[in-house]
Amino acid sequence: MKTYYWLIKREFWEHRGSFLWAPVIATGIFLLLNVMGIITFEVFAARHGININGLNLDQLVHSMNAHDLAKIGIGIDMAMMSSSSLIGIVLGIVVFFYCLGSLYDDRRDRSILFWKSLPISDRDTVISKALAATVLAPVIATICGLIGAVIMLLLVMLVAAIHGVGLWSLLGYAHPLRSLFTLVAIIPVNLVWALPAVGWLMLCSAWARSKPFLWAVAIPVGAGIIVSWLKFLGIAGISGAWFWRDVVTRVLLSVFPSGWIGNDSFIVSGDRMQGMHFPEHLQRLASIGHAWGQLARPEFIIGAVAGVAMIAAAIWFRRTRTET
Amino acid sequence: MSAAIEASGLTKRYRSTLALDGVDFRIEAGRIIGLIGPNGAGKTTVLKTMLGLTDFAGTLNVLGRDPRREREDLMREVCFIADVAVLPRWISVEKAVDFVEGIHPRFDRQRCERFLARTKLQPKQKVRQMSKGMIVQLHLALVMAIDARLLVLDEPTLGLDILYRKQFYQSLLEDYFDEHKTILVTTHQVEEIEHILTDLMFIRDGRIVLNTDMDSMGERFIEVMVNADHAETARALGPLDERTVFGKHVFLFDGVERERIMALGETRRPSVSDLFVATMKGTYA
Repeated sequence: MKTYYWLIKREFWEHRGSFLWAPVIATGIFLLLNVMGIITFEVFAARHGININGLNLDQLVHSMNAHDLAKIGIGIDMAMMSSSSLIGIVLGIVVFFYCLGSLYDDRRDRSILFWKSLPISDRDTVISKALAATVLAPVIATICGLIGAVIMLLLVMLVAAIHGVGLWSLLGYAHPLRSLFTLVAIIPVNLVWALPAVGWLMLCSAWARSKPFLWAVAIPVGAGIIVSWLKFLGIAGISGAWFWRDVVTRVLLSVFPSGWIGNDSFIVSGDRMQGMHFPEHLQRLASIGHAWGQLARPEFIIGAVAGVAMIAAAIWFRRTRTET
Repeated sequence: MSAAIEASGLTKRYRSTLALDGVDFRIEAGRIIGLIGPNGAGKTTVLKTMLGLTDFAGTLNVLGRDPRREREDLMREVCFIADVAVLPRWISVEKAVDFVEGIHPRFDRQRCERFLARTKLQPKQKVRQMSKGMIVQLHLALVMAIDARLLVLDEPTLGLDILYRKQFYQSLLEDYFDEHKTILVTTHQVEEIEHILTDLMFIRDGRIVLNTDMDSMGERFIEVMVNADHAETARALGPLDERTVFGKHVFLFDGVERERIMALGETRRPSVSDLFVATMKGTYA
């Protein structure tokens, strides 16, 4: 355990900029954009007395029935969770390039000779890097997301207060604690989801003698093109669309959190926003049980097994490949 | 005496070239061995096999372990400095010390800090801000604070100025080496380490061509400076090498009777570099 503590600490030291500062800055930018948006809206509303359905904003809130207020509550939940979206994109990019460099950069600058002169097994080295990608980075990003969510909630309450809306009555319709808890609870789901990409990228990183990025992208995309082409010729038995969705995309892009929230469970379109579906979908999305239930989906299980196998292969390459 | 390293039939093939061609040797504990050879002779490959950094054929035993299978355990008792400047560029002095202390069970922090106090290195200083010489000072301070049984040095002073080079080997001798430790060093700067070596190994084209301790080397090889009129007599004894210095002929003999050579002129023990040049004649031809 002590070895893992130091190994993961080493990864944090080396990648402090991308693991810590990138999500912190993303949170800051997100909050800044929201504050700017709110100020813009308030200025316009004050100047032009913006009306919605013939009512101005203050009257609008006061004239709402319970059902509308429930929607407002969900809107508050959404606002809280929304800061995580930008952080999630940043996290995906960070983890993608971290994995690609994790077992390659030290071979290129030869510092691998220093790391290998210490009594650390290759297995522990590779696993500690996988943990940095799937636990350390997401946990830091989630902490930023939680702070962002709380600040967003305070902003919403501030705006409501300016318009004379009772804060606590509105909060009663929202689920702030559940929203925060959901952000934490989906960390393991994202971890399992990310395994095939983390495994593939680390395998390329351990194996490539040069340009790991090119190999990591060219092999799955090339395979996808061949499968689609064979399908087009009517030779291959497997579906090209399936291959692109469940292989190519998974090994490259499942480092982005919440990618498992498929189109079937979350549709944002104008007309659905108006209808009943939207809150239902959001309820499902925010439901921890639903998220954890995803783990039983075959694409989760098969992907995780493939990811672990590729990490094992990366350990094997790490053992003998010390040069680029 | 127990053997620190024992190799037999050590063979390593890279695609088309044979880097090590059935090498056999035995290194006793408590020695300082110079492994000397021309570029591409297989020096680094030998070291890599010992450190478990590459696969090989044959048998190799380092401190009683097989480096292929037990690298992690082996590295508790083996330290190595491979080339200069392999420390990661992002790490700072204090982080490097913290990390090695956290990872290595035989690391002595106080000892390391004592060594660092003799240098100009600052705790917050990062490797990327250091000169080559300073990087080696940091690496050496880390390594000397580890109570290891075998230290492997692969061109540890390449590209350093003479002050750093002298200081490097002096620290090793004064503050590190004792009868329980074994040091194996490869370098091209043979003259500078000649006086600290106890043993000498020459490697050429993947084979060990000379393996001797320094005392036996002085008995076996002899250099004699001969006037031109005696040159033919000397040549008849079959010298290993001949060169001319200020109109006098210098012959290097291998295992020829000492009395016969002393009759020819002034004798002395050859330097390792002269012996090396004579042994490696025609390597690049």
